[in-house]
Amino acid sequence: MEILGLLTDGVLVSLMPINILLIVIGVTLGLFIGAMPGLGSVNGVAILLPITFLVPPGSAIIFLAAIYYGAMYGGAISSITLGIPGASTAVATTFDGRPLAMKGRASLALVTAALASFIGGTVSNVLFTIFAPMLAKVALAFGPPEIFALMLLAFATFVGLGGDDIPKTILSICLGLVFAAVGFDEISGAPRLVFFDIPGFLHGINFLVLAIGVYGIGEMIWTIESTRGEITTTEAKMSVKGIVNDSKEGMKRGWKGTAIGSFLGFFVGILPAAGATPGSLMSYGVAKMVARKPGEFGKGHPGGVAAPEAANNSASTGAMLPMLTLGIPGSPTTAILLGGMVIWGLTPGPRLFIEQPDFVWGLIGSFYVSNFFAVLVNLAFIPLFIWMLRMPFTVLAPLIFVLSVVGGYAATQDMHDVWLMLAFGFGAFFLRKLDYPLAPAVLAIVLGPIAEPTLRQSLLLSSGDATIFFTRPIAGPITIIAIILILLPLLKFIRDKFSGKTKREV
Amino acid sequence: MRLAEIITAGVMALLSIYLMWKSTELNVGYITGEGPGGGAWPFWLSGIMLICTVMIAINWFRRTSPPSRSKEVLLDGYGRRTLVLVGGGLLGFIALVNIISMYGAMLVFLVYYLRFLGRHSWTLTGILSISLPVTFFLFFEAVMRITLPKGMQFTEPFYNYLNTIIY
Repeated sequence: MEILGLLTDGVLVSLMPINILLIVIGVTLGLFIGAMPGLGSVNGVAILLPITFLVPPGSAIIFLAAIYYGAMYGGAISSITLGIPGASTAVATTFDGRPLAMKGRASLALVTAALASFIGGTVSNVLFTIFAPMLAKVALAFGPPEIFALMLLAFATFVGLGGDDIPKTILSICLGLVFAAVGFDEISGAPRLVFFDIPGFLHGINFLVLAIGVYGIGEMIWTIESTRGEITTTEAKMSVKGIVNDSKEGMKRGWKGTAIGSFLGFFVGILPAAGATPGSLMSYGVAKMVARKPGEFGKGHPGGVAAPEAANNSASTGAMLPMLTLGIPGSPTTAILLGGMVIWGLTPGPRLFIEQPDFVWGLIGSFYVSNFFAVLVNLAFIPLFIWMLRMPFTVLAPLIFVLSVVGGYAATQDMHDVWLMLAFGFGAFFLRKLDYPLAPAVLAIVLGPIAEPTLRQSLLLSSGDATIFFTRPIAGPITIIAIILILLPLLKFIRDKFSGKTKREV
Repeated sequence: MRLAEIITAGVMALLSIYLMWKSTELNVGYITGEGPGGGAWPFWLSGIMLICTVMIAINWFRRTSPPSRSKEVLLDGYGRRTLVLVGGGLLGFIALVNIISMYGAMLVFLVYYLRFLGRHSWTLTGILSISLPVTFFLFFEAVMRITLPKGMQFTEPFYNYLNTIIY
């Protein structure tokens, strides 16, 4: 019960007036930074880091954690209302969030996202409090082969996400992975796939360039073209009663996704190099797989919003775990937080819990408090986001285009990327018309930079022997499950081809 | 749509071959002591893409995928018009960024879209096309300290003046 006492102290620290004020400002700022395509929690935390030198370290990290939390909530907002993922962690939220908004159920999607985020955050906080030191050891047992096996599992779940056309889905995944390989070969340092020797390709293709191209431009032109301009985005009206009803419906239909996201997200989040993005993508895949009617996913199912949103919040807390206990950041944002802690004179690592218990438990306490305020602030702003959706489409569309161009630029600050984004947008428009699933490409470009180095490091470890993925105790089962998942639809595809019947899934 | 399906599959196949060829600039095999070469990962993935395009072509031949059965045209008159007006507008927007700055290009694009495509009143067009660049300017330059492109030289005195206000 010692932990409980320390935690209570921690919560009390974060409930001090100055800290409460910092938390409220932090989550509100984070919410808007997260909602802005092109800016994510990394930008928010990085930009506001210098401001925190004005307050004591304890309050400073609480402020940064609040921004981190707020941004995790905010990513869902642009995914749902605009159909552009606000950050890589919210890519999976667009799959069902956008269709819900198009059906006039944006408030259901937003409320579900907020509540799932809250539950995901709370579950992970509890797990964090109880298992912090123990889980740090498990996470350390994950070497390159295990992480690659996990990536393989993530890709396997995508094959199921793509819908009917398996070759087009696999093509889309591979295309995303090849785009992720553009830039420099990380191991030899040689330039790679620098098309036509254009220097802009040297810094690689940022996932946002592809994501905004596909969702912000391609999908938008497709929507305008396929609806003949006769589009009304939503008729949604906001009332307290409406929010209460939406909360009930969201929880009823989304509880399974929330549960999956909360636990899976936390576990993937604590793995170094994995983090919230793969966590949210995998949770979406698993939630779809275990759903009673997987066919409803992708057409506007609250479970499809709940799973990735619960997961990305859960994972963002999880990612703090290796940072605090081992000094290994689990995500880019936690890397910046780590930098901040070093500047404040705190050394992360196993001794932090012993030497600076006030700081550690103050931080953990602030997770609980930040999470609570984040859900309140988020719910309070929902009417504003819904109001945005009520604008006529000929007003909303140019706003989305402007946001896309600015967001595409802000991510890397290079006009080359804006042009590339436009090219991807036109390409995506035509591929979309021909039923090529594009979400897998976006997911692949996000995971590619994790998958390739871990594959190569693993093969280096085993001197080129691929059985390393099967013989290690953790990697083995994950690889086998992944292969089964990939083969299942392929076998079905082959069987259907030979029996000559037309495929109609679910 | 049927014609477009096979043409797209062909284009994707060519793209795969190009990517495979481009990958061979680095070693695509296994280097003893160094692991797989730098080109191996994109090379084999592009190879899988090529196989996928062959399968898409088989589906096209057997008419088993929806676009290969569809008799609709890929783009009718309305579709072509949308693509030219909206896509062309975006093209113009991005081209203008390097000339009259991100904020100026934003203003021109908003006026074009709201007034000429959306047929909204001049009042609404004016309010949005001016308030949006101003909001973006304040958010990016003043709060986030991210500078967006300022276009060619002639915009400099204008932005220098604005910078004296926000800094």
